Parts: sequence; structure tokens; C-alpha cells
Amino acid sequence: MNALDGSLLTLVTFIPLAGALLLLLFPRRDRDIRLFALVVSLLEFVLSLHLPVHFQRGQGGFQYEVNHLWISNPNIHYHMGVDGVSMWLVVLTTFLTPLCVLISWKSIHERVKEFFILLLVLQTALIGVFVALDLFLFYFFWEATLIPMALLIGMYGHGRRVYAAVKFFLYTMVASMFMLAAILWLYAKTGTFDFVSIQTAIGNGQVEHFAGAATWLFLGFFIAFAVKVPLFPFHTWLPDAHVEAPTAGSVLLAGVLLKMGTYGMLRFNLGLFPAQSRSNAWWIMVLALIGIVYGALVAMVQPNMKKLIAYSSISHLGFVVLGIFSFTQAGLDGATFVMLAHGVSTGALFMLAGILYERRHTYEIAEFGGLATPMPVYATFFLFIVLASLGLPLLNGFIGEFLVLSGAFRDRAVYGILGATGVIWSACYLLWMYQRVFYGKVTHPVNLSLPDLSGRERAALWPAAAIALLMGVAPLLWLNAIDPAVQTVLAPFAQLASKMVIR
Amino acid sequence: MNSAGDIAQVIPQAADYIRILPEIVLSIFGMVIMVLDPLMDERRSQKTLGTIALVGSLAALAATLFQSRFPGLGFGNMVRVDSFSVFFHFLVAAVAAVVILTSYDYMEVQGIRVGEYYALVLFGAVGMSLMSSAMELVLIFIALEISSISTYILAGFRRRAAISSESSVKYFLLGSFATAFFLYGVALMFGATGSTSITVIGDVLRSGHIPLLAYVGVALMFVGLGFKVAAAPFHVWTPDVYEGAPSPVVGFMSTAPKAAVFAVLLRIMFEADAPGRVALIWVVAALSMTLGNIGALVQDNVKRLLAYSSIAHAGYLLVAFAALPNNGIPAAMFYTASYAAMNIGAFAVISHIGGKDERYVTLEDYEGLGRRSPMLAATLTIFLLSLIGIPITGGFFAKFYVFSAALQANLVGLVIIGVLNSAVASYYYLRLIIVMYMREAREEVPVAPVPFGLGTALAISLAATIYLGVLPGRVIDYAARTAAEWAR
Repeated sequence: MNALDGSLLTLVTFIPLAGALLLLLFPRRDRDIRLFALVVSLLEFVLSLHLPVHFQRGQGGFQYEVNHLWISNPNIHYHMGVDGVSMWLVVLTTFLTPLCVLISWKSIHERVKEFFILLLVLQTALIGVFVALDLFLFYFFWEATLIPMALLIGMYGHGRRVYAAVKFFLYTMVASMFMLAAILWLYAKTGTFDFVSIQTAIGNGQVEHFAGAATWLFLGFFIAFAVKVPLFPFHTWLPDAHVEAPTAGSVLLAGVLLKMGTYGMLRFNLGLFPAQSRSNAWWIMVLALIGIVYGALVAMVQPNMKKLIAYSSISHLGFVVLGIFSFTQAGLDGATFVMLAHGVSTGALFMLAGILYERRHTYEIAEFGGLATPMPVYATFFLFIVLASLGLPLLNGFIGEFLVLSGAFRDRAVYGILGATGVIWSACYLLWMYQRVFYGKVTHPVNLSLPDLSGRERAALWPAAAIALLMGVAPLLWLNAIDPAVQTVLAPFAQLASKMVIR
Repeated sequence: MNSAGDIAQVIPQAADYIRILPEIVLSIFGMVIMVLDPLMDERRSQKTLGTIALVGSLAALAATLFQSRFPGLGFGNMVRVDSFSVFFHFLVAAVAAVVILTSYDYMEVQGIRVGEYYALVLFGAVGMSLMSSAMELVLIFIALEISSISTYILAGFRRRAAISSESSVKYFLLGSFATAFFLYGVALMFGATGSTSITVIGDVLRSGHIPLLAYVGVALMFVGLGFKVAAAPFHVWTPDVYEGAPSPVVGFMSTAPKAAVFAVLLRIMFEADAPGRVALIWVVAALSMTLGNIGALVQDNVKRLLAYSSIAHAGYLLVAFAALPNNGIPAAMFYTASYAAMNIGAFAVISHIGGKDERYVTLEDYEGLGRRSPMLAATLTIFLLSLIGIPITGGFFAKFYVFSAALQANLVGLVIIGVLNSAVASYYYLRLIIVMYMREAREEVPVAPVPFGLGTALAISLAATIYLGVLPGRVIDYAARTAAEWAR
């Protein structure tokens, strides 16, 4: 611990915003703007690496905490902190943002300044969601992610972008109203927005009328998160948003925004309402399983590459929810690991799809075929990421899904068996897509002259591929920070279980 | 009582003048403008007169600060300077200053060369200021008339536009009707309690038996005041008048007079302890929120859209009046301030984009604004987000305080109606944001660069909106002190 630690989270959270404000003053010279955005996001990434490097790995509680009174009426604190789970999600965000900047270098050529401003503002909001420990602060950042993301989709997207942006906005906005209601209820009864204080108050049974309201509160939070994940049947906004979003938008949407939902379940649903989580777990797990299988089956028949990846996200995020609501150490560890792994590999998949779109202006799989001949490097990267995504051992997808499934097995064998089919499905749709796009003869002559990856595109893909490998061979680097955090989250559940035994 | 004492009461003392110092300052500056206007060259006088008016409103701000050090009654219990009146004096003067800044270039663009405009803004501010410190129903009536007559004329200032004259006449006819209701209510109240002093009325009503006449009196006064704040079902005039009146004037009349009338309502409802308050407010608030928002959903004209939105906001604000005084009063005061900041800012943007003769006021004209003038679009977006009630804008905490005050008074039904309404409302504000950023302009609407006066006005209202959203503490604490003062 040193002097920096007290203000580190503040810096990590607000440096992108400061960068965005500086960009506001920039003249409209697109090259300078891109370069500046890249520098800011790289600086931010380097700074955020301080978090895992100096993190006390054996401890479960929050670290790097800051807690100041912000507003006295209502009692709102500027309270931030990270544990092993949220820390890695912060790093995931800072890792993906420079890649987003690189991948948008050429594809965004209009309103460049606004684009990078929105991207950086979005980054601040995303990090804020993961570090906030005051419910009000959390809600603020949560809502704040909505506006830049909707604008990114609506301003820079493809064909039906306005429709997609509005659908995305209204879906999440309406769902988060329920969460706001639950937060305000908790504030009215406890007089604080502080996560830790509320958690303690609930744990000690000091909240009036809690028993009657608990299920509703649980659902209030849950619905906001479930829409974000998205859990079946709240998923319909996702394919639209992804297909129309610009590449960088898709990368952050799939890579980080969806994790806000699963992170919220882990932190707030499990953290504040353990008993209600347990009693509602069965139907949530059923929905997660439906999501896994349904997402995979729909992905299988998609003619549109981006839509295919979008549906595969629904399937993968189903694993995360399954792991979280198994309430086992392995399940939660795995869920967190899948969040990170999915962020890297699906982010990379969207970048790859975007690279192809820049060249051909289409995502239709039928428009391609035999691309391995004109674009060998591209094909290699694509294969590597596909293998990572479908869960090949020694790459990042495997370990998380394995842990989730073993956790689910321990909870109830049938959950594990059904979940495991999802792994098979994902191999099917991903490899099938790969085959159709890259193997065989080049069917469309225009594809023959497609240029292979440029240096900039390689620079965006190399880090993702390297991390995918590192996460596969040395998962403990991540897991030894995640494990204690998960233990802390699960502590009340052990008590709950022992209480049930005594009864 | 001896006659010498009576005379001593009638002859005003220096202290009495301090109690109405801001009003005196505003009146003097207003009259100076009236005198100078005919003496100056019409073409060059505008900037000068505007500057005088601006100095006048700033001087009124200073006078308010000075006056706040001498709280107490003046003119034989007719006016009272307390932290409540200081709050509203400050608000009115600040709004007047921002409106004058906005009007500079607006008048130039519209080719309106009439000096009285600025004088009327100041005279209106006199009436509004006086309303917040008046403790006497008859004086309130006079102040209300001063403020109303100024705004009637201001609404008709785009003389060449028929729609503006229509607006002015409509406002005048219906407005006079409403003031008559108010006066009727005052008369009945006098009959019921034997006084027109708010303090005495409060004492009488609190002392036990409440005559039926008092209920009728309150209801009639409320009709008059409800008209002025555009609460449903007395709101029908609002869209037409807002559509026709010059945009800076709409910004003015949707904020300052409203704030003043809400101040009067607070005095009548809480300080005079009006009977039948909760039931009356419940119905009117629920109606205003619902009708305002539903009306706004189908508007294509931005000014009409914001007119309906202002009806809805009057509804949210009234919710605070149904709550208990200790948190209802501060919530209402905070709401008036934050609404003033965001709404006047929104109308400042609209007045600029409207261009000559306010041609560009439909949603279509805002298409692609995010591309043509990004700063203006971003500013308007922040005001709209505040009107929705997104956190770290003043609009969020305004709603937060109002609804939590209502919850503490166990008005769960009203809060549910309010929250549902806010959800519906987000749709039509978003529509405007979407149009600005996500649609391409079919016809390029020219937007002039933002002039200095307007820029300053926007910066002030933006700063106020964000300040109230990030650090609401000082304002709400000040307002809470007022409520505590009244409780004593």
C-alpha cells in the first residue's frame, strides 16, 4: 500500500472522462484525435495494471477503498472499492478500450471527435459501475453507460441503427426503474445507500419490514440485471443492438456491458439477498439453461456473422448465470472466469467480424467462402479465437466453463448435463461458420483481392490472442484473486445451509 | 390604541424600504429604460437598454443579498423578508438576468426594436419578487397583477406574427378570468376568517372550527393560482400561448412567474394552513402529471412539447404540496430552482435555433443538429436529460426530494403515479435527442454561431443544472432551514 492507493480508483475511473473533456477542446483533425484517444486509453490501461499488481491476493474484502461524504441529504457517499471479481472486470474494460480505438481507426471517418469522446465517457461509466460501493453511485454509473452506448449505436451504426438504439435504451431504462425503486426502498428503511452498511443491516435483521419486501427487492434488482445479461426471455434487444452497432460498440457491448448484469447479480442479488437468491435459484437456473441451448441453436442457423456471435453471447452468458446461481465455489469462480474469457474472445470475434465488414460491407456468411486463400493471417487469428471461444483446453474458454459445469453438477446433475450440451453446440456453430467462411474455393471473385490484415489490425488482435492463451495456461493468475472474493460472497450461504440443517 | 401609534405605523421607516429594496431597484431601472428609450436612436438603443436591464437585475440580486441581513416584517405586516422570500427573490432576479442575456440577440434576429421589452421584464420581476414576500392576500393580488400584465404584453411581442398576438390575447383573457377567481377566493377567505393577512388567517384556521366558506375560498384561490402555474385542469391555454410567444419570453414565463406563484401557494397552503389541502393537491397533481405527459407524447412542435412538459412538471412539483411541511416545503423550493435552471436553458437553445420569425421549431428542424452544431445539441441534451430526471442533473434530485417527501407522508399512490409518469416522459424527451443525433437532416436548417450573450446564458443555466445535480446539499439545506423557520 502506498500513497497512490487512496486515489487510485478515482484516477482509474475518471482519467477517460478527463481525456474526453480534453478532446472536446481539440480541433477537428481526425488523426490527432485518434492518436490522443489511443494514448489516453493506453495510459489508462497501464495505470489500471497497478490494481492487480499490488492487490493483496489472499484477502476477500474490498481493497483500494475510498469513502467520502458526497451529499448529506440524501446520505450519499463517494464510496469505491474493488474485490477480486470487480478488479478483473475493471482491467478487462481498460484492456479492451485501446483495442476498440485501434479497430475504429479507419472505420469511423465521420464525426470522429464525437465518437472517441463517447467511447471514453462510456469507459468511465463502465469502470464506475464495477468500482461503486454506494448504491446511488452505482445506479448513476449504471444509467450513465446507457447514453453513450445508445448514441454510439444510433450515430455510427448500420441500417436500422435508430431502431436498435431506441430498443436498447428503452429496454434497459425501463428495467433499471425497478432497480431504482428497490434502491430507494432500501434507502428509506436504512437511511444509507452504502452497500456494505446495507448488507450488514440486512444480515443482522435490522431492516424493518424486510421479510415482506425481500422477494420484491430481489426481483427489482434481478430484472435490471437480467435484461442487461441478457437472460432468456429478455434477450431480444441484444441481436438488434449488435448487428447495428459499430465494431467498437459491439466489442464493449459484448465484452463489458453484458458483464454489468452478471456482476450485478453476483454483487447485489447474492450479496444483499442470499436467502431470496437461494429460493429463486431454480427458475433462474432453468432460464439460464434455456438461454444456453436456445442461444446456441439460434446461432447455428444465423446467416449473419455478427448475429451469430451475438446469439453465442447469449449462450455463453447463460453459463455465467448458471455458475452464479449454483452457489458453489467452483461455479462462482468459473462464472467470473467466463465473464473475463468471454470478454476477450468475443471482443476479438467482433473485431474480426468488423475487419471483414470494413472490406466487404456485409456480414452475410454466404457472401464469403475460401477466405483462407486471400487472407491467411486473418484466417489464422480467426481460427485461434474461435477455438478459444468454443472452449478448447489450454485456451481461455475452457477453464471457466469447466468450473461452471462442475459447480452445476454439484448443485444438481441434470443442470450440469444440460449445460454441457451447450459446449458441444458452441463447437458446432462456430466451426461450421469457420468452415463456410474460410474453407473451400473462393466463390465470389471479389473476395480474391481482399487485403490481409494491416499492421494496425494485427496490433489490435495480438494482445487479445496472447491474453486468451495466457488465461488458458495460467488461469491461477486470475483465479487466486477471484477465489477469496467468491468465498466472501458465499459465506452467508454456508450459514444459510447450516441453518436449514439445524431446522 | 392611540392615534399617534397608528400614524407611526403608517409612515414608512427606513427598515420598511429595505424590505422592498429589490423591488425598488428593479422599478427604478425599469423606469430609466422607459425614459431613455424614446430619446435614443432606435437602431442602436437595443444593446444599451438591454445592458441597463441586465445591470438592473444584477443590482436586484445584490439588493437581495443586502436585504437578507435584515429579516423581518415591513409596512405594517404587509411584507416579510425571511429566508423563503430571499430564496425566491434570488431566483427571480437570476432568471430575469438569464432571460435578458438570451433576448439580446433574439431581438436583433427578429428585428424587434422596442425598448419596453426590457422594462417589462424588470416590471414583471417586481411583481414576482413581491409575491414571494407579501404576507397579505390583497398585496399578493396586486403583485400577481403586476407580474401577469407584464407577461401578457411580453407574450405578444412578435407583433408581425398573428400567432403571437393570439397567444397574448388568449393569455390575457383567460389570465384575467383566473385572477378574478383568485380575488373571489380572497373575498370569501376574508368573510370566513375576518382577515386578509396570511398570519392571522393561519391563526384563525388553526384555532379550531373551520368554516365551510374557508374551503370554498381556498378552492377558488387555487383555481386562480393553478391557472398561473399551468396545472391541470386549468392548463388548456399553455400550449397555444407558449407556441406563439417569443421563446425567451416563454423561458421567462414558464419559470419565474411560476416560481413566484408556487411561493404564494406555499405561503397559503402551509403558512395559512389551508383546509382541504391534501385532497385538492392530490387530484390536481395526478391530473397535471398525467395529462401533461400524454399531451407531450404526440407533439411535433418543440415549443408545444415543452409546454406540455411544463404542465407535467407543475404536477410533479405539486406533489410536494401534499406532503408534510418539514420536507414538502424544501422539496418544492428545490424543484422550482432546478426547473428554472433547466427549462430556461432549454428555451434559450430553442430561441436560437428558431431563427428569424421562429421558423424552425418542429422536431424535423432539429434533425442532424448534433452534426451541425454539436455544442448546442450537447447543451440541449443535458437540459433534456435533466428534465427526464437522470442522475447528476438537478432534475434528478428535484424529483427525488419531492417523491421522498411524499413517501414520508404516506402518499404511495401519488408517488406511483409520479414515477410511472416519469417513465412515460422519458420517451418524448428522448425523441428529441434521437432526432438531433441519429437522423440526417432532410433540409439543412441554418444555425447561426452562438453569440456571446446567449453563450453566457447557456453557461449559467448549465452550471446551475449540473451544480444542483452534483452538490444539491447547500440549496436543500437552505430550503430546509426555511421550513424550520416556519415551524417555529
